[in-house]
Amino acid sequence: MTKLDSKIPEGPIADKWTKHKNDINVVNPANKRLIDVIVVGTGLAGGAAAASLAELGYNVKAFCFQDSPRRAHSIAAQGGINAAKNYQNDGDSTYRLFYDTVKGGDYRAREANVYRLAEVSANIIDQCVAQGVPFARDYGGLLDNRSFGGVLVSRTFYAKGQTGQQLLLGAYSAMARQIGKGKITMYNRHEMLDVVKVDGKARGIIARDLVTGEIERHSAHAVVICSGGYGNVFFLSTNAMGSNATAAWKIHKKGAFFANPCYTQIHPTCIPRSGDHQSKLTLMSESLRNDGRIWVPKNKEDVEAIRAGKLKPTQIKEEDRDYYLERRYPAFGNLVPRDVASRAAKERCDAGYGVNKTGEAVYLDFASAFVRYGTEKAHVEGIENPSKEEIIKLGQGVIEAKYGNLFQMYEKIVDENPYETPMMIYPAVHYTMGGVWVDYNLMTTIPGCYCLGEANFSDHGANRLGASALMQGLADGYFVIPYTIGDYLANDIRTGPISNDSTEFIEAEKEVKDRLEKFINNNGTHSVDHFHKRLGKVMWDKVGMARNEQGLKEAIKEIRQIREEFWRDVRVPGELNELNPELEKAGRVADFLELGELFAMDALERTESCGGHFREESQTEEGEALRDDVNFAYVAAWEYKGDPKDEEVHKEHLEFKDIELKQRSYK
Amino acid sequence: MDLTLKIWRQKNKDDKGGMETFQISDVSPDSSFLEMLDLLNEDLVNKGEVPVAFDHDCREGICGMCSLYINGEAHGPDRAVTTCQLHMRKFKDGDTIFVEPWRAKAFPVIKDLVVDRGAFDRIMEAGGFVSVNTSGNTQDANALPIPKVDADNAFDAATCIGCGACVATCKNASAMLFVSAKVSQLALLPQGQVEAKRRAIHMVEQMDHEGFGNCTNTGACEVECPKGISLDNIARMNREYLSAAIVSED
Ligand SMILES: Cc1cc2nc3c(=O)[nH]c(=O)nc-3n(C[C@H](O)[C@H](O)[C@H](O)COP(=O)(O)OP(=O)(O)OC[C@H]3O[C@@H](n4cnc5c(N)ncnc54)[C@H](O)[C@@H]3O)c2cc1C
Ligand code: SF4
Ligand code: FES
Repeated sequence: MTKLDSKIPEGPIADKWTKHKNDINVVNPANKRLIDVIVVGTGLAGGAAAASLAELGYNVKAFCFQDSPRRAHSIAAQGGINAAKNYQNDGDSTYRLFYDTVKGGDYRAREANVYRLAEVSANIIDQCVAQGVPFARDYGGLLDNRSFGGVLVSRTFYAKGQTGQQLLLGAYSAMARQIGKGKITMYNRHEMLDVVKVDGKARGIIARDLVTGEIERHSAHAVVICSGGYGNVFFLSTNAMGSNATAAWKIHKKGAFFANPCYTQIHPTCIPRSGDHQSKLTLMSESLRNDGRIWVPKNKEDVEAIRAGKLKPTQIKEEDRDYYLERRYPAFGNLVPRDVASRAAKERCDAGYGVNKTGEAVYLDFASAFVRYGTEKAHVEGIENPSKEEIIKLGQGVIEAKYGNLFQMYEKIVDENPYETPMMIYPAVHYTMGGVWVDYNLMTTIPGCYCLGEANFSDHGANRLGASALMQGLADGYFVIPYTIGDYLANDIRTGPISNDSTEFIEAEKEVKDRLEKFINNNGTHSVDHFHKRLGKVMWDKVGMARNEQGLKEAIKEIRQIREEFWRDVRVPGELNELNPELEKAGRVADFLELGELFAMDALERTESCGGHFREESQTEEGEALRDDVNFAYVAAWEYKGDPKDEEVHKEHLEFKDIELKQRSYK
Repeated sequence: MDLTLKIWRQKNKDDKGGMETFQISDVSPDSSFLEMLDLLNEDLVNKGEVPVAFDHDCREGICGMCSLYINGEAHGPDRAVTTCQLHMRKFKDGDTIFVEPWRAKAFPVIKDLVVDRGAFDRIMEAGGFVSVNTSGNTQDANALPIPKVDADNAFDAATCIGCGACVATCKNASAMLFVSAKVSQLALLPQGQVEAKRRAIHMVEQMDHEGFGNCTNTGACEVECPKGISLDNIARMNREYLSAAIVSED
């Protein structure tokens, strides 16, 4: 059994990172030129890593499956990025961000990693501003902040509802600069289909050129995987259509342990489903909970009338509304963490108070924010005795300036004007906290293979706080990997170029080719999507927002069966040597079908509830998640043994030295 | 809804290509245009035919990957949306819809509706950045206040998603709107000011080199741009460029 060594440096938590940076090996600039690094993924994590490593002097080869690095899924992030700048003077600090993140993650994250994240967070904002990222500013010209769920300070930096876009374009421009200099070789429309190990070390990848269909061998001294999360195992999620687990899953099958696969975030504010035609779900940023209030009617008759189209939400009197988050969690109100908000919405809808035809929707209402902002604005503009209409109009203007693109997006999809009627929202799969296990250096259990960003498991425990994924991706890419990779590569300065002609490369290439040919020649009867949708339904029904032993056992069986049918009966038209989106999807879904099983196994094994993982068997009297710290204060890291059902679990015990383990409360 | 689709099919970059007609029924008016194409493709797969290739990813109007010319308009008949945000309720039962790829010399077709927009990346590589390395000791983000109007204008320009609709719409296939958006964004911010002139020269040079046409100020690009990128950016870039061309020592 491989022992898990998290390599957490000794010493007080506030000194660990500085001390570690001083202790580890560095590669001198001249030698960096002799070293090649492969970066798979160009989102915030990969983009930041590729640019920073190239600036340091390494030869970087970067890969993404889209037609440009700028289109990685990070582009879609809306609400913001956290940093402990304390610009608002509201008592924020590195420690508070660290504390909030560990608590928000329901005490299932590694303290040392989270502390480092909080520590470098302020640098991220400085770096992005230096690149020309146009964050929102106030009239004094200084940076503005907003609040996100689960915290009591304002530490979220934002660029309207397009924060991810602006940050990614910053990282992309840093990459573009290095591509222009020849320090990064960019492989667009390429998909990594396997990692290649030589003498036990990661020494390259097998990739498919998605335009020509050609299979290519790429060698390097180290491989950095930044391929994003696996939320699409549910078919419907807020992730982009192409987001997938293949890169992470392939390294898992070659020896990288996969940690806490069952930790998934179901985001409370997404546009509800409208029918079977739907290919994805759309997020309405959590930042809206700064100003929107969530409610359902108090009375069932009103619910019925709304569903029948006989009553409008705006006609329901204040006293007949149940602002259930404010009622249940007075301290945090509408800004409770995501897992809590999602379960509360499900609870109301399961009890029959859902406000759309499917019964799966609650209101997110801005009416009182219009009045609040409108009054303030009228004051500022010196309008005396403004009418109610004037106030609302002014307030709507303020909201539009803050969230205009989100309101527009909502209107286009739902065909209702959210300035006039409350939005309808419902939880949807959004983010995966689980992922490839990494040590403090972000190295996986394969030497020389690193994993960054959403693809790793490292910082968010069992639940991620809003605006912390962007922070983590950029921290990993800009400020962690540039140091930690040197420690490993210092041993490689005399290795010379890695040959891609070795048997290891040839065998890996053959394996990839055989699998692709199998898809093309299978001649089954059902499309890839057919199987993906079936998998998604099992995942949502039995491994979704609430899980129990019986459901999980059924899910494992059903997923296995769908996988078996998939391999027998999938139909992939077209050819190997051409642009073939069906073939791309087939490979990804094949991997989801394995990951899904492990996901359910992990959920079954963890009989406690924590964060986004809710086991019905483990709840408090009020229906809150009930942790079991005696038995489950560990990271479950799974080792692949030839088939998902044979995976073996290794446990990294979590020690809480700087934060006291407590039952989370947002009341 | 029942629809007739006339779609451009082209096997690869060397193939001549041509329009092909498809019938599709039971389309929900609530589905998006791409979900309608999903339905068509599912049908084609079930019949053992090769589905229509098109680019897409985020499906919420932000990645800039989707790119269709629908009934003669980039991103279709609706305004201020990308194709993935276009909903079928904008069409009528029984309609015939023409679907083609972006057409521009600098954007060669790869297959069916998929084109190669690598030229945009190369323009960015020529100068669409601030020359600053990653470091842990960059000056504090609030050390340099930026007037809110400048920050807001820079942001508006920065919302360009690089989709290429402006090029596809322009009768000269000019990339001025795209290039000017980046030049403007960075020129408006003190961090980008230092290299503003050099940046404008290099990006415009690369644009010309890629085979995009000249801008004759028809303004069609602004109308079709899903992100409302304004022609003001082109004026601003022309100022940067002209003053740069005069003083350039590069
Ligand atoms: C709608 C939405 C809104 C969000 N809003 C916020 C927010 O406001 N704040 C916040 O902090 N977080 C937010 N998140 C979460 C956050 O955006 C993501 O967790 C984060 O951007 C992930 O970044 P990444 O770099 O790890 O991966 P990604 O950005 O997903 O990038 C993955 C990259 O890997 C490449 N790739 C994947 N597989 C392969 C392969 N096999 N071969 C080659 N390349 C491959 C892709 O091409 C891509 O370049 C949001 C997420 C969503 C879905
Ligand atoms: S300027 Fe508008 S149309 Fe042109 S690439 Fe940018 S977003 Fe697309
Ligand atoms: S698919 Fe991303 S913008 Fe349309």
